[in-house]
Parts: sequence; structure tokens; C-alpha cells
Amino acid sequence: MAIISDGTTIADAASFSVSLGNMVLLNTATASNSASLSFNSTYITSTYPIYKFEFINIHPATNSAYFQVNLSIDNGSNYNVTKTTTYYHAYNNEAGDAYALNYDPARDLTQSTSYQDISYQTGNDNDQSTSGNLFLFDPSSTTFAKHFLININTYSDVSGTDYSINTYVGGYGNTTSAVNAINFKFSSGNIGSGQIKLYGIKGS
Amino acid sequence: MAVISAGTTLIDAGAISVPTGALILIKSITASSSASISFVDGASGVVFDGTYKSYIFKFIDVHPSTEADNTVFHFQCSTDGGSNYNTTMTSSHFRAGNYEDDSDRFLSFNITQAQSQDTDFASLINGSIGTDNDQSASGFLQIFNPADTTFVKHFISRTNSHNLNNVSMVAYNGGYFNTTSAIDAIQFKFSAGDVDNAVIKMYGVT
Repeated sequence: MAIISDGTTIADAASFSVSLGNMVLLNTATASNSASLSFNSTYITSTYPIYKFEFINIHPATNSAYFQVNLSIDNGSNYNVTKTTTYYHAYNNEAGDAYALNYDPARDLTQSTSYQDISYQTGNDNDQSTSGNLFLFDPSSTTFAKHFLININTYSDVSGTDYSINTYVGGYGNTTSAVNAINFKFSSGNIGSGQIKLYGIKGS
Repeated sequence: MAVISAGTTLIDAGAISVPTGALILIKSITASSSASISFVDGASGVVFDGTYKSYIFKFIDVHPSTEADNTVFHFQCSTDGGSNYNTTMTSSHFRAGNYEDDSDRFLSFNITQAQSQDTDFASLINGSIGTDNDQSASGFLQIFNPADTTFVKHFISRTNSHNLNNVSMVAYNGGYFNTTSAIDAIQFKFSAGDVDNAVIKMYGVT
């Protein structure tokens, strides 16, 4: 049954057709000693032009591991999209005696199908983790490459020293095929705990 | 009477059950010659607890009453309902600037605005905002999972300011409050003088 008022459909097909905000929570994935977390074509479609992922306290099982991401064009059968990216970070240790803003050429990708590092050596003490955001633009396009932007902060353990590391990654999946799945994992060991929330951002 | 569409109950028993937007405006505060602006959980309609996994603060045209070198717009958090704003934090701070007269431009880390296990307020801008009528700063701050009692509390911010020396200055912060206690209040102010004008909006992200 539809509800129609003055020619405008208010409710139909189990949803209201009213302005309810432009950012919509699509799914929440919770890690519990998980090898990886993924979102597939159930959520990553042509419905939204922008998808936002929020990382909440991503905690590694293995100390000093890199939190990573890769994309898929076959609904998760393979996570190996070719990428070219930049990676830079600002860091400061808790003693305040080691700090810098650096581009890290060891962490960027140049036409590589490897996983993209997001964090830098996330510590696995009980209170250590990574939090932040990833924006994926127009993944369903079959014309353009697939841009993404990442900004996270990490409580890192670098050779036994605690750092705050603020990381920025920008890049594109160099494919004109639609991207329909995304996978997150650590470079070593499982995701001990944490949540990833996926939002769709409306285009109009 | 219930309203049911395609098998889903949309309205029943005096309540509407529909998906809402994920970015929820919690509180908007307009400063007018204010010494500080605070958002305290449970006060004046503010929710700053485990209801949301992250909170976003948007600063719109923050304008100081006092123009002086090294006067910054900064923030701190509280674990005791706003009685004390002195939570230990470690953070990084970098900035990029360009002078209106084209005399200089730069991108660099600024250790004087970073925190190293400090309990001071942390600057959200780099340098000082001018008091000319058209000078201000705008940007955002996001704090993750403030009510958690296991992890530290990460934050990221980015602002752009119209510096008193007529510099367009973008500033980036990333850091964590090094506490496993729940954070339940946040305060913004200038290091000297009042907040002459500003709108700060607080959002919860579902």
C-alpha cells in the first residue's frame, strides 16, 4: 500500500520517500579475531556516487602490523585491482623527540595490485588501535578510474616506541570496470577487534 | 492504526520506524563574545556518550576578539563532565600556507602545536586569525568512540584560517587522548581573548 499526498508518494515499497539526510548507514562489520572484513556488491553498487567507510578502533592481533585495503571487480573473488597512490603521514612520539611530516615511498603503490597500506605499524597493546575514514568515489563507473581518499590516526608501536601517526592516502583503482567489493586486513595476523561502518552519500 | 507497506510496519503504536540519516545534528552553538564554547554530555541537550561511534564538530567562521601573535583557537576534552579539561594527549600538527602578497608559501610540521603526552589545549589552527571583519577560520574535528573504556580516543581535524598576516593557512591535526576513561565533554576557546563570533555544530555519526 502506498501513501500518496497531493500527488507525492510519501511511503511505498517499505520505505519513506522523504528527506532523511544525505548520509545513510548501509552496514556495520565487526571484527573478532577476523582474518579480514569485506563489503561486497550487496552494498557497493551504483546507488550512491560516494561511499564512506569509518574505522572504529581497529586493533591488530599482531603488533606493529599495517592495516590495509584492496578492491575487487568480481564481487570479492579476487582483490587485485591495479592502483597508483600517494602515502604521507605526520607523526610525533609520546616523548616529543621524534616528529616529522614525510612522504613514504615504501608505502605508496605504482600500478600495483598489492594491498594498500592504510596505517603505519598499529600497536597491539590493549589500548592501541587505528581510527579514521576512507572515501571511495563512483565505484560503479565504467568510464573513469576509481578515486579514493583516506585519513586515519594510529596509536603505533614503532620499534617499541609509542607514536601518534596521522596518515593520508590518495589514489585510484586504475580500472574502468565497476568496483563492487572491498577488503580490509592487516599485513600480518588477524583483526583482533574493531568496527568498520559503511555509509552511502547521496548525490542528489 | 498501523501503516504497513510491503510487509514492513512504518507507523504503529505512536512511533515511526524509518531509516534516518547517519549524520545527526546534536547541537549548534553560536558564540558572541564568549570566553569558551563547551559541549557537555547531558547538559543543554548534548549527547556525548556511547550513542554514536564518532562525533564531528564543524567550525563556521570562528572569529577572535583579540589579534596577537601566537593566539590560537584550540580544544581540550574532559573525562569528568567538564569539571576539568586536561586529558593527556599525543598528536601531530602540520600546515600549509600561502601569503596574499605571494611572498612565501610552505608545507611543514609544526612541533610547537603538536602535543606529546601534554594536558594543554591543542591548537586547531596554525598561527593566529586576524580580527579584520572578514577574517576567520572554518573546518572540522572528528573524535572516534569517545565513550570507549578500552582504547585511546583518536581524533583528526582540518581547518583553514585567514591569518592575521593575510595568509591562507590550512592546518591538519591527528592524535589521541591517551586515556581509557570515557570522554564526555569538549571545550573550544582562544588562547587569549574571547570568541567574538562563531558557529560550532556538533554531529553524531550513527
